[in-house]
Parts: sequence; C-alpha cells; structure tokens
Amino acid sequence: MELCRLTLHQARALLETGEISSAALTRAVLDRIDAVDARVQAYLTVVADRALEQARAADARWTEHRRKGGATPPLLGIPMALKDEICTRGVRTTAGSKILGNFVPPYDATVMEKLNAAGGILIGKTNQDEFAMGSSTENSRYFTTRNPWDLERVPGGSSGGSAAAVAADEALFALGTDTGGSVRQPAGLTNTVGLRPTYGRVSRYGVIAFASSLDQVGPITKDVRDAAIVLSVIAGHDPREATSVNRPVPDYASVLDVGAHVVAPLQGVRVGVPREYFIQGMQPGVEHAVREAIRVLESLGATTQEVTLPHTDYALPAYYLIAPAEASANLARYDGVKYGYRWGFDSAQPANEMWEVMRATRGDGFGAEVKRRIMLGTYALSAGYYDAYYLKAQKVRTLIKQDFDRAFDNVDVLVGPTSPSVAFKIGEKVDDPLQMYLADVFTLAQALAGIPAISIPCGFAENLPVGLQIMGRAFDEERVLRVAYAYERATEWHKRKPAV
Amino acid sequence: MPLTRTQVQHIAELAKLKLGEEEIDRMTQQLSAILDHAARLQELDTDAIPPTATVVPLQNVMRDDRVEPSMPRDDVLANAPDKDASNEFFRVKAILRE
Repeated sequence: MELCRLTLHQARALLETGEISSAALTRAVLDRIDAVDARVQAYLTVVADRALEQARAADARWTEHRRKGGATPPLLGIPMALKDEICTRGVRTTAGSKILGNFVPPYDATVMEKLNAAGGILIGKTNQDEFAMGSSTENSRYFTTRNPWDLERVPGGSSGGSAAAVAADEALFALGTDTGGSVRQPAGLTNTVGLRPTYGRVSRYGVIAFASSLDQVGPITKDVRDAAIVLSVIAGHDPREATSVNRPVPDYASVLDVGAHVVAPLQGVRVGVPREYFIQGMQPGVEHAVREAIRVLESLGATTQEVTLPHTDYALPAYYLIAPAEASANLARYDGVKYGYRWGFDSAQPANEMWEVMRATRGDGFGAEVKRRIMLGTYALSAGYYDAYYLKAQKVRTLIKQDFDRAFDNVDVLVGPTSPSVAFKIGEKVDDPLQMYLADVFTLAQALAGIPAISIPCGFAENLPVGLQIMGRAFDEERVLRVAYAYERATEWHKRKPAV
Repeated sequence: MPLTRTQVQHIAELAKLKLGEEEIDRMTQQLSAILDHAARLQELDTDAIPPTATVVPLQNVMRDDRVEPSMPRDDVLANAPDKDASNEFFRVKAILRE
C-alpha cells in the first residue's frame, strides 16, 4: 500500500500499532510531491528537512507511548499542508502575493499553534489566489495550480493548492480559508471534503485578513471523519481574536459514530432543498449528481422538502460590495514600510517621497484582481456612495441571514450543489471578473449568514468531480458532519482517485 | 457606465494605488460592469431592515489590562524593507518637504 494514500484516521491507527512510522509516512508524502508536484503545482514552499526532523521526533513519542501508555495528541506524526494565507513562524508566508514575497512571519497563527500542539507535521505551504481573492488559483502571483483530475483545468480557489495537494495525495490533509467559498468550492472541484465552520468557531489570529466579517479557516480532507478530527483540533475560543466565540468544542469525530451503524442513520433528520440552488445554466450533470445524492439521503431515512431562500440571487452583489470594502481596509497595511515588498528599494529607480513609494509599492506589489477589489471597496466606502452600496449590501445581508433562519425553523440541514459546474479550463474566465465571480454563486450566502457548510464528493459529470453542499445552523457542525458521514458511508465517490 | 475615468483616478489616489494608463481604462470598464450588477440590490426595499455588520452576537469584547511581554523588537523589525543602522526604527522616505 502506498502510504501517501492513507487518510488521517487510517494513518493514525497504523502509527498507534507501530505498523508504520511517521518518518516513513512523511517520506512517502515528500516522494509523492517529488513525483507529481511539477505537474500539479500545489505547493509554493516545501519544508522537507524540517518535516523529516519533526517526524523522527514524533516517532520517538510514539515509541514511548507504546512502552508507557498514556494519551497521544490527535495528529501526532501526520503530514499536513497549510494554505499560504496562514502565518507559520520561520516559514515564508506570501498569501500568493508579490507584496509578501519575502515575508517570514515572526509568529504562528493560532490554528498553526494548535496543529503543532496536536503533533501535526507541516510539509509545506500551498498555492492560492492572491489574498484569497479568486476561484481558480489563476490570481496567484506565482503560478496556477492544476486540477489533479485534469491538468488543463483549475482546481478551484482560492484554496486551490490545498485542495489539489489533498486530492493528489501530496498531504494527508490541509487547511484552507473560506471567505466566500474558498474551501468548499475547490474541495467540490477536486473530489475532496471541505468544511467551512461557523463564523467564530475557529480563530483567525495570524491568518492574513481579507474580509474580516466573513473569513473562516477550515479543513480540506480525504473524508468526513478526517474533517471532524481536524475541526476539533483547530476550533475554540482565542483571547487574541475578539470574534472567536467562547463555547465548548465537541469531539466531532466521536459524534459521527452515534447511530451511524444502523440501516436508517438519518431517521428523523429533516433535509431542506432550496429551490434557488437549481438554476438555469447549471450543468446538467451537476444537477443530476446532486439530485441522486438527495435520493440517497432519503434512502438513509431523511425526509426531504423543498424550501425557499428568496434572496439567494442577491448574495453575489451583496458579497462583492462587502468583501471588497473590508479588503480595501485590511489591505491598507501593505505600505512597504513594516514588512514585505517596497518598490524602488535596492534598485536604480529613484524615489524621493513617501507617498510616491507607497503608491508604486502597492501598484506593483498587488495583482490585477486585488487592485480591482481594493478599488471597488474604496469606492463603496467613499463619501457619497457609502449608503447606496456598502450600507445597502449590509441590509441585504440581513435579508439573506433571515432566509436561512426561516428555513431552519422547519429543517435541520439544507443541501444543494457546491458549484454550478465542474472544474473549468485554465484561462476560460480570467478576462471576465463577473464570470469568475459566478463560480461562487452557491457558496457566498452561507458566508454572509455565518453558518457552517461542507462540500463532499457526490459523483462525476463529464469525468470531473461534483460536490454536494450540506449547510447547517450556526454552531451545528455536528449535524452537518453526521449527515455528510451517513452519505459518505453509503457511497464510494470519495474513494475515487485522480490518475496524476 | 456608472464610473468615469476621472472617478477611477480619484479612487486610485484614495487607495494609494499607482495605475498605468491602460490599467485605468480596463478598471473603468470592469468596475462599471461590476457596479451595474450590484445595482440589482436597489430592487429590494430595505428601509425597515437593519444592517448586518457581523453575525457574531458579541460587543465590546474586553480583556484584563495586564502587562505582558510583547514581540521582541528584532523580530518585529526582521521583515522591514528598510531600518536604521542601530536596528531600532523603521526607515521611510521623506514625509515632509522643505
């Protein structure tokens, strides 16, 4: 068996018995990267030596555990990847941008601290759209990551590197960030599992900010159990992050096994199917796969009913005012003074005035999409336009949230497609920002409402993966994961692997 | 088009972004298309709807006012594009003119 193909929980079981070592597992993952990453291009940075050293230390702890017993942390010796949006002490963190091309964080993000404490082994940092703005990784200032299922196609974005790495077995799991779908959409396009937790569930301290009222960190994994395990590690209150909510973190993986092994594990679960998530222009194969998945949920005991989320159509315009507005404020910090790139420094280009240097630094350091969003956000917040654009969008956000509140009065979860189509061709949408934005049309509303949602594999259309999105009430990740797990146990889609 | 070239130049100045001539043209066209799409929000009557700035029901999160060690200065300055020779300050270009 190829070790790199293991899921997190399979690898842990084998580490526990001593059948495999973390060093062998880590080596297998690094060999896999050597074999395929020239084609997939999932990683911006690989830290092989550091990973192997940590793997040997993990093996020493496993040896001691087998001799003396006692508890071991949940990720001890497991190789993992992090999106380059997440600060890692001593390891370059670019956010996919040239403006942070030489940035080496002096501290770890809270999620990285938690993963470290849980024994996880950082393999490397994954490629992404610049500052998480995009749906394909084509906005990375470095290169475009390829979809392991078809190297001519995008892996989705913005956490496309993390999704591609997991899909191609170049990491046992990865973290991404999701502001408007950036974990779920790439997971859906690569046959992996991607979970966006409730806003406030996971600390964003040390995660490079894009849109602070929307940003969340989430796992991208090979199956639902792994997503549950990782969520339990990274969730929880953080005094350094004022919007992280102080409430207990369940052992999400143990919740999965409650009532899972019966004939009708979803007996009594009410599933809502939002009418607005089956739109004209949606790829027929995607609709077919999702409708089939809903029938599987019914066969597992769930009752389904059509529901309506009447403001769904307005999520896209509301999101593309709110997110850019917040981004324009967050990205004001890149001034060429404190860290990162500075124009004209160490070069022959003369510049003798601070504002001139700052304008040139930002003009050159940011890519086209980031500049577009800074401009859009600056405009939406500027005097005379604030009420018409930003305030209006925030009011519509209330309506979108109320849609979900009403739906959840009658159902426990909502299901629909993650994306309207399968992975698109590289270059197909780069010249038309609005077309690119439409790739996120089903993943924006949950972010605006702050609710948890997962994308899981539910079939193929034209030989490319289709994602099923399951949404739940705020802080009801348990139910979202249980429904996802019941579906996964009844199907084999998640076991299909791309031939890279 | 909702946006003019002059407006785009003004926004770029507010955002401290140096844009080339071609970039300004492209930006004028693309931002106008996005704003046309965003105009759909005006279809909705939101007079009685409060805005949502955040979905977390938290306000004024306080912490104890305790003195704690902060990040060492060398770490803070390690990523600076330019700093003074004694490694104590960020260095910037002149802010004030004579």
